[in-house]
Amino acid sequence: MTHSSILHSIPRPSRSLARGVLVGALVTLLAACASEPKRGPVAEMPASRPAPATTAPLPVERPTYRGPWEDPSSPLYQRTIYFDYDSTEIKPEYIALMRNHAAYLGTNTSTRVTLEGHTDERGTREYNLALGDQRAESVRRFMVAEGVIPEQMATLSYGEERPADPGRLESAWQRNRRVIIQY
Amino acid sequence: MIRATRPSWALALLALPLALLLGAGAVQARLTIEVTGGVEAAQPIAVVPFGVSEGLIPKEDVAAVIAADLARSGRFRPMPTRDMLALPSTHEEVDLRDWSLLGMNSLVIGRVEQEGTGYRVSFTLYDVFRGEQLASTTLTTTPSGLRITAHRIADQIYEKLTGQPGVAATRIAYITSTGRGEGQTVALRVSDADGYNPQTIVSSGDPILSPAWSPDGRRLAYVSFENRRPAIYVQDLASGRRDLVASYPGINGSPAFSPDGQRLAMTLSKDGNPNIYVLNLLTRELTQLTDHFGIDTEPAWSPDGQDILFTSDRGGNPQIYRMSTAGGPAERVSFDGDYNARASYAPGGRSITMVSRVNGQFRIAVQDLQQGYTRLLSNGSLDESPSFAPNGSMVIYATVHGGRGVLATASVDGGGNQRLSQDSGEVREPAWSPMMK
Repeated sequence: MTHSSILHSIPRPSRSLARGVLVGALVTLLAACASEPKRGPVAEMPASRPAPATTAPLPVERPTYRGPWEDPSSPLYQRTIYFDYDSTEIKPEYIALMRNHAAYLGTNTSTRVTLEGHTDERGTREYNLALGDQRAESVRRFMVAEGVIPEQMATLSYGEERPADPGRLESAWQRNRRVIIQY
Repeated sequence: MIRATRPSWALALLALPLALLLGAGAVQARLTIEVTGGVEAAQPIAVVPFGVSEGLIPKEDVAAVIAADLARSGRFRPMPTRDMLALPSTHEEVDLRDWSLLGMNSLVIGRVEQEGTGYRVSFTLYDVFRGEQLASTTLTTTPSGLRITAHRIADQIYEKLTGQPGVAATRIAYITSTGRGEGQTVALRVSDADGYNPQTIVSSGDPILSPAWSPDGRRLAYVSFENRRPAIYVQDLASGRRDLVASYPGINGSPAFSPDGQRLAMTLSKDGNPNIYVLNLLTRELTQLTDHFGIDTEPAWSPDGQDILFTSDRGGNPQIYRMSTAGGPAERVSFDGDYNARASYAPGGRSITMVSRVNGQFRIAVQDLQQGYTRLLSNGSLDESPSFAPNGSMVIYATVHGGRGVLATASVDGGGNQRLSQDSGEVREPAWSPMMK
């Protein structure tokens, strides 16, 4: 990082490039053992690559199958738990969903998930960061009670910074008060 | 059907150059200020265009900068130049009776002259009724310092006439954002109090939030998700050098410098729930201040450094509490309504500003700590992030106008209100700097 100016730019390319290399390695790894979902923390995020060279064939835009949570017919496909306003309480209708994931993680103990907590935009940003953290923590506690090893789960709160729906109505706010189980 | 927020590879590739483009464009964008009311009680003042030595074309219209500063304070109503009958720039040219007839309380004249490679700027402030000179000063500056010199003159005039220091020569830190999701560019920026000279301090594709000034105005602490997790950085503005000061598991948030600048209060959830901690920036010793099963966050120091205000939901909903920085029990401070958060002290420590929910609307409130009464300063529905001007006269906060995030100021003492917006994108989380030395 240069110290000669006050501008600290953290551009996507360098980070994405690093991620691209890591993901590239991961894709190779996955190809080698396609049936076993296995991943490192870097594969969390989509990879960006340098602009494709005109002479080379374009990479095929085929997402690599990573596990049953990507299969719409699997119960694990449902990975989002929604919350009431300013609440960290898990609603009964999401218990079955969480049990499905708990059961999967219980038999796939090398699989890691991040419980990603979010809030709607109402209220203050730092309080919402804490609220998202506590929503993720509620899910984490439930999963531990269901037998998931704590080390399989990490929590991450984005507060109100990453809305699923940027709208400023209750319909959008409902979609934003959530915890996503990210494999 | 809600899908994960993760875009496809193709989308990520498209978003990449777009994000960089917007980031580059945003460097030029400046906050523009519009006065939105509250100037009834403003005093009439004439700031006559400054005389210049022959052949000199200064980079700035000093009188216009001063007049705009005085108007923004809400306490003054500068006379339009076109209404002036004479344009004196020396004492000999002033006839105070003219200005008295025009209904002016005060008159400012001045000159800008070449001095070496820079300028010598002199001004005189008159009390028109008493026929007295209230101030007469000469300042020297480099050409690029002319605008800040004009702000300093405005602050001297403001202080002479109101008895309170002015804030024209202060700065504002704020967050801007353009785009969404993977195409988002978030930047922490600092500009002069009038929106000029915006500088990007840090920019990222991931969230940046909670900028907080050091008491000397030289450093900013902030939260950045650049490593895909929240972490707290402290950055020196002049050198750009920055330190990662907190990167624990869970949240690392709400940095707040102690009044002596040596400690940083913050929120960490490393032990399962958010609590307030104090980090000694010299020894790196971390002290836990609160230990409660609920949410404790948004610490703010009292001006004497003895107490910390914070938001806690320990009573069932978010309210403001206060505790000694030496530890001990917390006492509840806010009682009106079921949502009060992000409190901070006014410079004198006699009142606090916070976000209060009133009839479902989030508004900026000021609570007098001695009298106990609370007053609302804003009338939006999603107002947040209030920050006192360092003279306590105004609060700057974030609001939504026309569906976009903008900043606004509200007067605490009966002056004017303004809106600060950018041509595009969102602006939020303003933090008013301390007085700049």
